[in-house]
Amino acid sequence: MKNATPLIWRNSAARYNLAGNHCETCGKDYFPERVVCPTCRRRGKLSAKQMPTDGKIYSFTHVHAAPAGFEHETPYYIAIVELENGVHLLTQLVDSPAEKVKIGTNVKMCFRRIFEDGKEGLIAYGFKFKVV
Amino acid sequence: MKGVSIIGVGLTKFGEHWNAGFRELISEAAGKAITDAHVDGQDVQAIFGGCMASGRLLGQEHIGALIADQLGMNPVASTRLEAACASGGVALRAGIMAVASGAYDVVAVGGAEKMTEVSTEEASTALGGAGDQEWELFNGATFPALYALMARRHMQEYGTSEEQMAACAVKNHANAVNNEFARYRKAVTIADVMKSGYIASPLKLLDCSPITDGAATVILCSSEKAKKYCDTPVEIIASGQASDTLALAQRTTLTEMKATKEAARQAYTQAKIQAKDVDFAEVHDCFTIAEVMATEDLGFFEKGKGGPAAAAGETALNAKVSINASGGLKAKGHPVGATGIAQAVEATLQLQQRAGKRQVSNAEIGLTHNVGGSGATCVVHVYKRL
Repeated sequence: MKNATPLIWRNSAARYNLAGNHCETCGKDYFPERVVCPTCRRRGKLSAKQMPTDGKIYSFTHVHAAPAGFEHETPYYIAIVELENGVHLLTQLVDSPAEKVKIGTNVKMCFRRIFEDGKEGLIAYGFKFKVV
Repeated sequence: MKGVSIIGVGLTKFGEHWNAGFRELISEAAGKAITDAHVDGQDVQAIFGGCMASGRLLGQEHIGALIADQLGMNPVASTRLEAACASGGVALRAGIMAVASGAYDVVAVGGAEKMTEVSTEEASTALGGAGDQEWELFNGATFPALYALMARRHMQEYGTSEEQMAACAVKNHANAVNNEFARYRKAVTIADVMKSGYIASPLKLLDCSPITDGAATVILCSSEKAKKYCDTPVEIIASGQASDTLALAQRTTLTEMKATKEAARQAYTQAKIQAKDVDFAEVHDCFTIAEVMATEDLGFFEKGKGGPAAAAGETALNAKVSINASGGLKAKGHPVGATGIAQAVEATLQLQQRAGKRQVSNAEIGLTHNVGGSGATCVVHVYKRL
C-alpha cells in the first residue's frame, strides 16, 4: 500500500464520515458512493447522502494472518456490518469483547487509524466499528 | 458457431519451482501440449494466455508477447487475459470464441503463475488485487477473510460445520495422492484439518489452497478438423461466464455466488444437459467453503446441503458426483492464472481415460468451474468426447 496519498486523501469524506449517495429514481442508498446507479443506470439520479453510523454484525471473522500493513494488529476482527438503512460495508471491529462478537450484535461507527503508509508516508484514518 | 475441441494438453508439476522461472514453466506446459496434440508449431494460429499478477509477483507485464517469443512463435498473435483467479478460465473462453467464430482453426491457450519468487505477505497483497482494494482490502481484509465471512453466514443460515468443510480438504488430499502433478500428495484427516490453526476463523490453514507455481496449456481445434490431429478429441460443448460485484459486502447474499449460478445456467442451456447429467467436476475450491458453495450453486446439491454431502462422501471419486478428482486447488495447488486451464487439462485426461488411479469410471460429461476473486467473475465449461 505504498504511495497511497491520493487514495487516502480523495476518499476522506467517505472514510471519516460514511458519506455515500442515494438514487432518487429507485430509492437505493450506496456506500461507497457509486458514479452510476447499477439498477437504473442512465435513468438514475444520484445525490449525496450520509449513511447511518449504527448497524449490526452481518458476518465476521477473526483474522490471524494479516496482509502487509496490518501485521501488528493480529488477531483482529473483520466484519460485514449491516447499517440501519440496509447498506452493507466491510470494516474492522475494535474495542469489542469476544463474547459479544456475534451475528446480529449492535455496533456503531468509531474513528480510528487504519494503517501507516510506511515510516514516512501518510497515516490513513477512517471508520471502524465497535460493539455497543 | 463452429464446434471446438481440445486436441492436446500439457501441465507442469504444481509446487515451489525454485529452479524454474515463468519462462521455463510456460515452455514446459506448452511443449507438452503441442507434442500431445501432434500439431506442428506452424499450425498454431493464435495464443491466449491467462495470468493474474505477474506485474506484482515478477515485475513482468506484456505476458502475451513473452509467451510467443519464448516459444519461438513470433509473429503469431498472442494476448494475455486477466480475471484474477479466473484468468485461465477467461483465456480458455477467448480461445474457444476465436475458433468457434471461424477466425482460426488451431489456437494454444495457456495459463501460468509464478508465485514463490516473493514472500507470502507480498504474494497475499498481490492476490488481494482480486478483491475491492479501495474499500475492502484497504480496511484489513484478506482473501481468507472474505471467504471466512461467507463461511460464517453459511454456518449461520444452514448449520454447516467446520468438520463438514474439512471433509472437502480431506477428500481433495486423498485424490491428489494419485495425481503426479499435484503439490500435496499426502492424505490428511479431519483431525489434521481441525487442529491446523486459524488463518481467518472459521477457516484454518488446511481449509486454504496454497500459493504455488505452475503452468498449463491446452491446444484447441475446430471440431471438424480435430480428428486430423488427435484420435480422441474432447469437445467443449458449453462455455458460460458471468460477473458480480467486486466488493463482497455489496452482495445480496454471502451463501451463494450468483455469478456461478448464472454461468452454470448458460452452460447447461448450451450443452442441453442438467446438473444431474454431470459425471465429474473440477470446481474452484480456493477455500473449502468455496467447494461447498460451488457444489450447491452448480446444482449438484440443494442450497445448504453441500456440507452434509461432502461429509457423507457423496463428492468422493466415483460417488454421486466426483468433485475435484485431481485434488482440486486445495491439494493440487493454485497457481492462480494456471488454475482454469489445469481444470480443462484434468477434464480432458478424464474423458480420454488417461487419469490413472484417479480415473472417474464411466466419465461421459465433465464440468469445470473457475472463480475470480470472491465470486466477481465465474466461468463454467462442459466437456464430452467428440
